[in-house]
Amino acid sequence: MTTFTPWQSLIGGLLIGFSTLSLIRWLGKVAGISSIVGQLWSSKPDDRGWRLAFVIGLLVSPLLYQLFSPLPAMQIEAGLPLLIVSGLLVGFGTRLGSGCTSGHGVCGLSRLSLRSLVATLTFMLVAIVVVWVTRHLLNS
Amino acid sequence: MANLIALIAGLVFGLGLIIGGMTNPAKVLGFLDVAGDWDPSLAFVMIGAIAVGFFAFRDAKQRKWSELGVSIDLPERTNIDQPLVIGAVLFGIGWGLAGFCPGPAVAAMLIGGSQVWIFVASMLAGMGLYTLATKLKWL
Repeated sequence: MTTFTPWQSLIGGLLIGFSTLSLIRWLGKVAGISSIVGQLWSSKPDDRGWRLAFVIGLLVSPLLYQLFSPLPAMQIEAGLPLLIVSGLLVGFGTRLGSGCTSGHGVCGLSRLSLRSLVATLTFMLVAIVVVWVTRHLLNS
Repeated sequence: MANLIALIAGLVFGLGLIIGGMTNPAKVLGFLDVAGDWDPSLAFVMIGAIAVGFFAFRDAKQRKWSELGVSIDLPERTNIDQPLVIGAVLFGIGWGLAGFCPGPAVAAMLIGGSQVWIFVASMLAGMGLYTLATKLKWL
């Protein structure tokens, strides 16, 4: 059980929004993490630099955060087999469906794309059902 | 210049994920657990991000070139097809199982320990499998 943090989450969301804004405005690129990461190797050399730079920024961000404040708790409930299955599904699914929570959920909804709305509603609803099954149906 | 902006964008994105609570899988699962002790925080992450993103993309749609003079790559596809829906279903299952989506998983790699690395390695394998499947024309 975690506590409700509306203000922190809103500020976090605004930061994500500003990051997306800078990528589209200066680089002309959509901040979709699954696409940035998934095309890191397959992209043409002149299209690779910004992807790599973005991923490095993402990787280093908690270290920067740590300089100012202790990191928030990170609780991973899933065991090893579940983490592997989950990772495979997330990797394959986001590439097949051309996006994840950032590409469809943030950028796509911001663009008012119906395609991204369908994807976002689908993965949210499916994830809600999965959590309901694992937490309530199988645990009762 | 482009790489520097991308680096800063990655940093800010990651800070947003950490501050917003997205790097904690338990919080993500708490958001998805609408029938239990629901933690609606992550809806506020979406609201904040879209509040800025809406104006960013509205502006981008009216331009042909970015501030750095490269063409603006907006997704052109609008069709709702099988790969989109099946992909979203598979992603949704994976997201609901562990509470990790791609951005937070990458952002948590240097602080989260071996469990995060195992998730990310599996995710990259899943992405590689997709690339392989398209190259072999299975999809």
